[in-house]
Amino acid sequence: MTTLTRGPEATALPAPASPSPGRRRGWVTIALFVLPALVLFLLLVVAPILIAFYASAFKWNGFGGLPTNFIGLDNFTRLFGTEVFGDDVRHLVVLVVLTVVVQLPISLGIAMLLNQRIRGRTLYRLVFFAPYVLSEVITGVLFSLILSPDAGVGNRILGLVGLNSDWLADPDTVMLSLFLVMTWKYFGFHMMIYLAGRQNIPEELIEAAQIDGGTPWRVFWHVTLPLLGPTIRISVFLSVIYTIQLFDLVWILTQGGPSHSSETMAVTMLEFGFKRAQVGYASAISVVMFGLSLVFALAYQRFVMRRDLEGATTRMGDRR
Amino acid sequence: MRRPTLPLHVIAWIVGAFILIPVVYALLGGFKSTAQLSVNPFGLPDPWVPSNYTEVFTQGSFWRQLWNSTFIALASTVLVVALSALAAFVFARFAFRGREVLFTLFTMGLMFPFAVAILPIFVLLRTFGLLDSPLGVILTQAAFGLPLTILILRGFFRSIPGEIEEAATIDGCSAFGFFWRILLPMARPALATVSVLAIVGSWNNFMLPLVVFSDESGWTLPLGIQQFQGQYSSDTARILAYLVLAMVPALGFYAIAERHLIGGLTAGATKG
Repeated sequence: MTTLTRGPEATALPAPASPSPGRRRGWVTIALFVLPALVLFLLLVVAPILIAFYASAFKWNGFGGLPTNFIGLDNFTRLFGTEVFGDDVRHLVVLVVLTVVVQLPISLGIAMLLNQRIRGRTLYRLVFFAPYVLSEVITGVLFSLILSPDAGVGNRILGLVGLNSDWLADPDTVMLSLFLVMTWKYFGFHMMIYLAGRQNIPEELIEAAQIDGGTPWRVFWHVTLPLLGPTIRISVFLSVIYTIQLFDLVWILTQGGPSHSSETMAVTMLEFGFKRAQVGYASAISVVMFGLSLVFALAYQRFVMRRDLEGATTRMGDRR
Repeated sequence: MRRPTLPLHVIAWIVGAFILIPVVYALLGGFKSTAQLSVNPFGLPDPWVPSNYTEVFTQGSFWRQLWNSTFIALASTVLVVALSALAAFVFARFAFRGREVLFTLFTMGLMFPFAVAILPIFVLLRTFGLLDSPLGVILTQAAFGLPLTILILRGFFRSIPGEIEEAATIDGCSAFGFFWRILLPMARPALATVSVLAIVGSWNNFMLPLVVFSDESGWTLPLGIQQFQGQYSSDTARILAYLVLAMVPALGFYAIAERHLIGGLTAGATKG
């Protein structure tokens, strides 16, 4: 998703022609400037991921240097055979679908609303985005109290219409509750991205469509929405990557329970890695998470975001 | 073409209520006793009970966690911004073989979920003796902050005209002199943006401190909140008071740095 824009090369050096003293000094400078970041990055980002791959092929409790008990792909076959892993995948799919079908359209709608000239929209924006800056722990604890069956105010309110339940302890409602909390915390973030994307659309395009007699709805559907395509695709991308590694909220709200009904891969991984000291097996789970993110990122760029290069304007022109 | 805005306001109020009711409930709930909270969850406290809040202030643990969170956030931010600025400078303004490969290596970091690396990081930090040390959290957070910070800073450094650099070089400025005396001061808005992102990320981080700190003296606020909930699980009002006080620094910081935060996030989302 990173666009390596090759703008005009701003060079501090003469073009690399022949080795000269000046050029050698350039290499020293380059090394001094890049090495600190590179060393830290290799040591604490790249190496851990490589170690995770390596450890996933061993039975290992995490102690005593590198693992020695090689078991090939057994960790993976064991993982794919467990019910919990199937649940993890199902929960991932459920949350992604709910996000894309419910949360993001709501965020988009509210962004369009706040793009109108209504009084107080700055304050609305400020308030809607605020939950994003609260930590997932604060959010999680707050909602675990609100949704608790006895003292929880949320449960009382819903009780007025006969909907009271033990929202977080009932396997049938726990995913919905989790999604509700995610929406509370994150819709403001997506709203902000959409607002920024909307402001990048030249106003002339919208005005032209209005002058041509488009109703607000048709202008939105045929002009604004296609032009927001790149922004929407990025917000979907961020949501999926986030959901693959979802941990904090689940850990605080339910610890994955009741009986794994809200567990995510990251929760399963920490459960095995730290509580049961099965680091090799837990590493296999993290490799699966890595693989999922990578495959998704590459496929998404290849098949979905590629359209962004063609430009939505041409398609809009065809339609009219 | 002016349409009535009342329906829009009604929708905005409903959304606002959805956001605010939980926070207001926590704020008021903190002023009730737990017994009062269960008979009177909606209304104003009667009587107002300030002891839940005042007791948090007199407990040393809240202040210690506040300090730990602050120290770790500031140290991680200084480290990641300093290292990223150096690297981004070279990526933006030097042409050399392998530059794009290196840069791509860093930006690939944006796609790695942090959770993937948490177990090996734990093992590595244990090997280096950095468990239960703030340094273990600081170094790791800085490392994972590099990709986005370098990406944003490189973009900004590139936008500074080459003529300025030529003029500085002609006047006898070294590469580092140009970086330190001209580029960094000019890049202040971008530096503010990436700093704000790093501070918020560190402040809210939970998974990493969770595995690094077993000793209470190193805990950050998120760990403290989680532990407090466990300790007083039946005393809801007391937990609400703790939560509200823990929200204050984050919301206060948001009020000050809102522009940089949103600017950085939207830039990161559209460029990343």
